[in-house]
Amino acid sequence: MKTASLVIPNLEEKQTNWGEISLTVLTNLFSLIPLCALIYILSKIVGDGARTISWEFLTTSPTQGMTHGGIFPCIFGTLAITILMIAMALPLGVGAAIYLVEYAGQGFMYRVIRAAINNLAGIPSIIFGLFGVGFFILFVGRNIDSVLQTGLLFGQPCMLWAAATLAILVLPVIIVSTEEALNTVPQSHRAASLALGATKWQTIQNVVLPQARGGILTGAILAISRGAGETAPILFTGCAYFLPRLPVVKLFGAIPMINPLDQFMELSYHIFIMATQSTNAELTRPIQYGTTLVLISLTFLLNLTAIIYRIYFRKKMGHASI
Amino acid sequence: MANKNLMSVDNSFEIAQLLTKKEPRRSEWAIEKILSFAGIFSILIIALIFVFLFKEAVLFFKTASPLDLIGKWQYDEYEGKTVFKIMWQAVSEVPKYSLIPLMLGSFLVAIPGTIIASFFGIGSAIYLSEIAPVRIRETLKPTLELLAGIPSVVVGFFMLAVAATLIQNIFHTKFRLNAFVGAIGVSLCTFPIIVTLVEDALRAVPKELRDASYALGATKWQTIFGAVIPAAVSGISAAILLGFGRALGETMIVVMATGNAAVVTGNIFSSVRTMTANIAAELGSVDHGSEHYYALFLVGAVLFTLTFFINLISEIILNRMRQKLRM
Repeated sequence: MKTASLVIPNLEEKQTNWGEISLTVLTNLFSLIPLCALIYILSKIVGDGARTISWEFLTTSPTQGMTHGGIFPCIFGTLAITILMIAMALPLGVGAAIYLVEYAGQGFMYRVIRAAINNLAGIPSIIFGLFGVGFFILFVGRNIDSVLQTGLLFGQPCMLWAAATLAILVLPVIIVSTEEALNTVPQSHRAASLALGATKWQTIQNVVLPQARGGILTGAILAISRGAGETAPILFTGCAYFLPRLPVVKLFGAIPMINPLDQFMELSYHIFIMATQSTNAELTRPIQYGTTLVLISLTFLLNLTAIIYRIYFRKKMGHASI
Repeated sequence: MANKNLMSVDNSFEIAQLLTKKEPRRSEWAIEKILSFAGIFSILIIALIFVFLFKEAVLFFKTASPLDLIGKWQYDEYEGKTVFKIMWQAVSEVPKYSLIPLMLGSFLVAIPGTIIASFFGIGSAIYLSEIAPVRIRETLKPTLELLAGIPSVVVGFFMLAVAATLIQNIFHTKFRLNAFVGAIGVSLCTFPIIVTLVEDALRAVPKELRDASYALGATKWQTIFGAVIPAAVSGISAAILLGFGRALGETMIVVMATGNAAVVTGNIFSSVRTMTANIAAELGSVDHGSEHYYALFLVGAVLFTLTFFINLISEIILNRMRQKLRM
């Protein structure tokens, strides 16, 4: 009979294992270096941007051939397009998620939609820009024009098509976070509601959705932040270098409303165009830093809200981990 | 037994569903149809993107030959003979639409970018999943999400305005804006994706595997290299692939930081133009329906196909991993 040779480790002997320690330090560094890069980028932008930012910078239009003045039209444009975008994307995204979680089961349809969403999330943003031009402006827009006899109204770059392009870009963000939120609602709650005689939709409406509200809101905030920061999809679908007026129309001659058929100025596009194609990029650096600071504050605030809200929401639902 | 089963929550749920199915209501039916349309909408969008991209791309061949995508024979006045020109020069007397410089440019930015991001990403993920105390983990992860939330135009602006000069001073490069600057910028954007996915893969490795390794007397790092990483290798490779797909598709950083010169080169410190940057730089000034317009859609179609297959392969790898871990 063979006996297995057992190596009993000497528990008394405590050797410092330099290999182990250096590896630990190394991986620690690996996570610290990108963090330092992040801090450096932020401090540079905040430092240089803060010098430009003033009440005047935030509330006036560019003047003197874009070399002076503020960025109010860009801020307005960014807000307007994100409102339009989320108005289109949220109902579709939440509807799709409800269908996937509550109706689709695990069958063929579920897997195809799942694959489509994963795919949509992986498409490069510039492809959405191409699609926006080829489909929304030249196909949908031009066809609306020829049917309604409106000349060239819909068939040109404008806020409506830019928002639609962004909406399909952020759709996966909304769907995935809504799904996650719906899945955290316990199955027994649905069963209890159904057992009381409620229909499936009544159950979703009165039991599932109220509990999932936090998660859905988080998804919407993340989608807004993503949409506000994207530039490539709107490059050709509606952004303008400079507009003398805001994209606003007077409804019935009195009530001011965002005009979705107008072009618009936008923060991220403003940074891009001022840094690469303005007549004197060095001269307008302060404006570029100021605009970057405004954009980054906006997205950070949104992301931070979403992250904090999600931690709070998960704790409430009994999931301690982040 | 039967009685006990009937009482269980799962069963009563099914029974309740059966009961509601017996009495179909018209409004319920309509709601389900509306919701299913929302679900099917994403399939529709993917199909439309595919159709519109390739429909326009194919029209390029109406006026040009497939050989044009590699290069064009042209008489060169300086050399005094006809030479095969491999270049993208859409606005010239004889427009040239070679995809070679654009693809080279894309790879010259995306491959180093992915390597840098993977190097740091895998290291960080190991730290976060295996070593870091819970408290550090819970602060680092949201910070990473903030990093991921920085708009790419901001990273591009930073690379253009600040980092490019720094890098030129360190490496003494000929061009201030070059592929390497773009690669660093792209790595900043792909890093959070790779960390998140690798960490997921590492955490999916069952605890029993680690315990078994420790029980055999392995140290922490022996366990990580000998047990955890081999078990998570498919998830790690899927993460790198997904990061690569993202790097290939990155637009704003490369259009701002790589110099935008469409040249055939293997030098990482030379200015390059990627496929994405090419579309971004030229689509604004092109006539709808011209050869140039279709050529840009063709570039888009090539890019779409590349990223599609990269995503598909990583998806397959991830699915296999999930199935394996379930067994």
